[in-house]
Amino acid sequence: MLKRENIRIPVSQQALIVEKPIDTTSIGGTVTIQINEKKVSVPFGTTILDACKENQIHIPTLCHHPDLCIAGVCRICVVEVEGLRTLQTSCSFPVTSPIKIHTSTEKVRKARRHIIDLLLSEHYGECYSCFRNGNCELQSLAKEYGVDGYSFGHILEPKYKVDKSSAAVIRDMNKCILCKRCVRTCIDLQEVGVLEAINRGHETHVGTFLDKPLADVICINCGQCINRCPTAALRANDPSDEIWNAIDDPKKHVVIQTAPSPRAAIGEEFGIEPGHSFTGELNTALRRIGFDKVFDTNFTADLTIMEEGTELLRRLKKAVVEKDSSVKLPQFTSCSPGWIKFIEHFYPEYLDYLSSAKSPQQMFGAVIKTFYAKESKIDPADIITVALMPCAAKKFECNRPEMNASGFKDVDYGLTTREMAKMIREAGIHLPEMPKSNFDEPFGNASGAGLIFGATGGVMEAALRTVYELVTSREVPFENLRIELCRGFEGIKQASIKLENCVESYNFLEGVELKFIVAHGTANAKKVMEMLQRGELSDVHFVEIMACPGGCLGGGGQPIPTSEEIRRKRAQAIYEEEEGLPVRKSHENVHIKYIYENFLTDGPCGELSHKLLHTHYTKRGKYIS
Amino acid sequence: METTLKTSKKRTGPVLFSNYQQADGIKKAIELSRENILLELKNSGLKGRGGAGFSTATKWMLSAAANAEKKFIVCNADEGEPGTFKDRVLLLEYPELVFDGMVIAGFTIGAKTGIVYLRGEYEYMLPSLEGFLNNMKEENLLGKNILKKEGFDFDIYIRLGSGAYVCGEETALIESLEGYRGEPRNRPPFPVNTGYLGYPTVVNNVETLASIPHIIYKGGEWFKKNGTDKSKGSKLFSVSGDCRKPGVYELQWGTKINELLEIVEAKNCKAVQVGGASGVCLPKSQFNRSLAYEDAATGGSIIIFDESRNMLKILKNFMEFFVEESCGQCTPCRVGNTKLLEGVENIEKGEYTFSYINKLKELGKTMQAASKCGLGQSSPNSFISILDNFKEEIFYSNRKGIKNVKA
Amino acid sequence: MLVVEKNNLSYEIERMVKEYGSDRQSLLQILQAIQKKYKHISDFAQQEIARLMNIHPVEVYSVISFYSFLSTEPKGRNIVRLCKTIACDMAGKDAVETAVKRELGISFGETTNDQRISLEYTNCLGMCDEGPAMLINEKVYTHLDPEMAVNILNEIK
Repeated sequence: MLKRENIRIPVSQQALIVEKPIDTTSIGGTVTIQINEKKVSVPFGTTILDACKENQIHIPTLCHHPDLCIAGVCRICVVEVEGLRTLQTSCSFPVTSPIKIHTSTEKVRKARRHIIDLLLSEHYGECYSCFRNGNCELQSLAKEYGVDGYSFGHILEPKYKVDKSSAAVIRDMNKCILCKRCVRTCIDLQEVGVLEAINRGHETHVGTFLDKPLADVICINCGQCINRCPTAALRANDPSDEIWNAIDDPKKHVVIQTAPSPRAAIGEEFGIEPGHSFTGELNTALRRIGFDKVFDTNFTADLTIMEEGTELLRRLKKAVVEKDSSVKLPQFTSCSPGWIKFIEHFYPEYLDYLSSAKSPQQMFGAVIKTFYAKESKIDPADIITVALMPCAAKKFECNRPEMNASGFKDVDYGLTTREMAKMIREAGIHLPEMPKSNFDEPFGNASGAGLIFGATGGVMEAALRTVYELVTSREVPFENLRIELCRGFEGIKQASIKLENCVESYNFLEGVELKFIVAHGTANAKKVMEMLQRGELSDVHFVEIMACPGGCLGGGGQPIPTSEEIRRKRAQAIYEEEEGLPVRKSHENVHIKYIYENFLTDGPCGELSHKLLHTHYTKRGKYIS
Repeated sequence: METTLKTSKKRTGPVLFSNYQQADGIKKAIELSRENILLELKNSGLKGRGGAGFSTATKWMLSAAANAEKKFIVCNADEGEPGTFKDRVLLLEYPELVFDGMVIAGFTIGAKTGIVYLRGEYEYMLPSLEGFLNNMKEENLLGKNILKKEGFDFDIYIRLGSGAYVCGEETALIESLEGYRGEPRNRPPFPVNTGYLGYPTVVNNVETLASIPHIIYKGGEWFKKNGTDKSKGSKLFSVSGDCRKPGVYELQWGTKINELLEIVEAKNCKAVQVGGASGVCLPKSQFNRSLAYEDAATGGSIIIFDESRNMLKILKNFMEFFVEESCGQCTPCRVGNTKLLEGVENIEKGEYTFSYINKLKELGKTMQAASKCGLGQSSPNSFISILDNFKEEIFYSNRKGIKNVKA
Repeated sequence: MLVVEKNNLSYEIERMVKEYGSDRQSLLQILQAIQKKYKHISDFAQQEIARLMNIHPVEVYSVISFYSFLSTEPKGRNIVRLCKTIACDMAGKDAVETAVKRELGISFGETTNDQRISLEYTNCLGMCDEGPAMLINEKVYTHLDPEMAVNILNEIK
């Protein structure tokens, strides 16, 4: 029985819940149905679509997405069910009786073709001038159904102004086909609530509150809507032209840092099955494109662990030893810019709980334009820093006005995996064929701890490896350093590690159960924040939150399509790569030791660290004026 | 002139407008068991009067059988079909029939709450209806232990719509009641299992509910003396357009269109729109057809057009209506209706080929088959029927020859 | 909007949410009540409703935009809705329409300068046997002719 009292999602947008068998022939929980000429048994309540998929019968879909609840609005997946007057959408129709289904009758084919024709008639623009050319679900359908003209005309003038206000996400409603996947992503999956259907009938469009520009509403820039858009209606703000200009400018020293998640996913852009990392190949490709240096974001991920870990230990000391009640615990991670904007909008009164440490991307920008510039004797004014990220929100983050600790814009451009792949293709390079090469010095070998930042729970796992060892001088007590407690795709994970036999300087933590929470996706972040509001987190010490489902590997800048299966494979690629690395703890990274000995000489959370590696947040609130 | 509650007008008719004393049906229902009420209903052969014609007894049985802590009865008073106004008459002049019907429905399926979804356009009825409900409460026809029957609790409240035709579709109506956009849901699941707030819900048309007290009080046998084999009882017809006596008429199912035209004194009649904008438009040659579920089915709307009317303009008016009133969620209805309207405009301008017209008719068939709800499934009806039945006028004749080009 | 007005509006919305309940199913009733009282649902009101009902402002906006009788833009004190559906159209809606436009000096979709009347079209009012028909606020007027319609409009304040 579906209880509606506390659910805000319209039933039409919810997964089907079948209450009880309607037909007595469904014995043993399965129903035998007939699809075309084939008899098959499927579990009671399976949708026709899933039943067909199980049996290798292809049904086209458009508004359907494995991450989202059922909509049944595009109607492309209609099939004929014997005895029913109208066609039925296979995505929403649960099998509860021994029905006979026909998936490709004349009526069905005509209907699908009509639906494609109707969508095309209102879909502004031509495929050859579209960035989704070759990766557009509407285009694929048109191809599948042999469309070779516009049966019902074609819109010649754009109906909507393209919204380019946001640093991260561009909305072009002229290409929208109203599948509402973005709406379901924004409201149900992420619970941010920026997008909804506006107006009625032919005037219906997807819009924001009062149809304001995206930059003026509470968008957190997570870009999850982009990943689920079947067409080019949603896209990231692409800086690749400016990056090409910088590369082509001989005066500019162009440096790129690459995050682990794009490396684990970029192969998908080149036709490789998900689950393979292309770190070494990418390094070669980037140098061939013309980047002067290729650095590993994992280096600053290690730096983040040092800073954030130290900050946590200081907070714990203040709370336990000094009994300072003003200390905010649990400490929340701050690496995910989508999460940061989420908390700034929705929970501005809790900003003090955030670690003040910058994200690895921003730390690197600051380090490159100070430490690296000094070491390599290059004027920071001539350095352009690019960050290859799995993320749309990173584009907003690098444009935050406070991100200029080096005296310059610390990170000039945030580039997504998709945009990087486009640049590589543009340079005539087929990534999988590249020879492997290493990152450039002086940040050459990062630890595996930094690498696993890409998966949900990774920051926590990396931090535990370091914090536990700092406190007890022993390795974390897990086989092969695998802290399984942090791994996996459960929405909210809660666990603890006991600190025993602590070293002298940390004996105030003797016997303490270090409690932590890992959450991914802002819908889960919201649940954690509600727990905090209710005072249920008073004994929790550390919380990792990533705005995107699956963590960074499921980021809004990653290759399209996405699904839980794909995200799992990317995570697997990251964990596999990690196990092969010689150094797997942040504090054992030699370059980290070097930078604290030679540059950040007053140590983690010291004065210079504070200036370069830490930041502050803005109370934004939800009110839109 | 301003319209308010009318009680002076005395109507007569075989079933709905026959004599009924408030509460008679409820009293009888209490004497019968729930099973016997359902049997009586089944025997009557009553089908939904909103237009779809689903067996009322089956609907009630399904929700009576559902096991849930709460159930709801919803009276669909979102009468928005162009040319339909019978519910207005029932609610203004025979509220006792509608409300008694709801109480009986509540008793039968085990619901304690009834909701009237009254269209926003009918807000002027609100004071009189609420006054009527208050009287019923005072007379213990609503509230706790109705008519001293232990455990028979039922209350009715009225909720207003806000100007959206599609909310007459039962699942859109439920979405609207829940505070959402009136976008129809996927079916299955059906409201009888998963309706308002996820609970089993019976959504019945005003006229369907108004038939219930008569059936319960006078019996299913009495009810089905009227009508045809497949369409039992009588029907309220809302007659408008070119005739001397527009209004609401109670006639037996099976009445011929010709007979109806005579009753309402229609002269020089060229076409009859049966079933409102979402119905079909019939030419003279089909006036011998019967008004019944098995022949010319209708929720009661009859619009009469005389020789002076321009059928293309009428069609344009209908298509404009659907373009605006589609909820906009599913492709065939949202885009399809605009394409059909575009087609009408192109015909108007003389910019068409017959292959284009045929393509639009094919599209109409897809809309009938693939749209998510009844709106999109029936909106092409007038397009197809008017272009088929009046092609001489629209395509072959010089339209200037028609004396009054006004719709 | 002045702070005092905002506070009053907040207070009013809080009262309504208390009266109708803060569950989602009360949303339409609350919107109708605000529409009736203030003749529109302002940006601020939408966000207050969203806050008190714990939903997103865009959901409130989305619902308002769906229903013809709810609006986010200010309307006149009286909203006149002329039925444009077939039966009223056939019964002489055009003549009434022309007369009303001429008399008030505004088109449909507009509001008179003195904020007295907003003119709108509406679909079927269920008065097909008594057309042409129009709604003024919640009251319905039928069997209109151009002169009568104008007289009725001139009488309302």
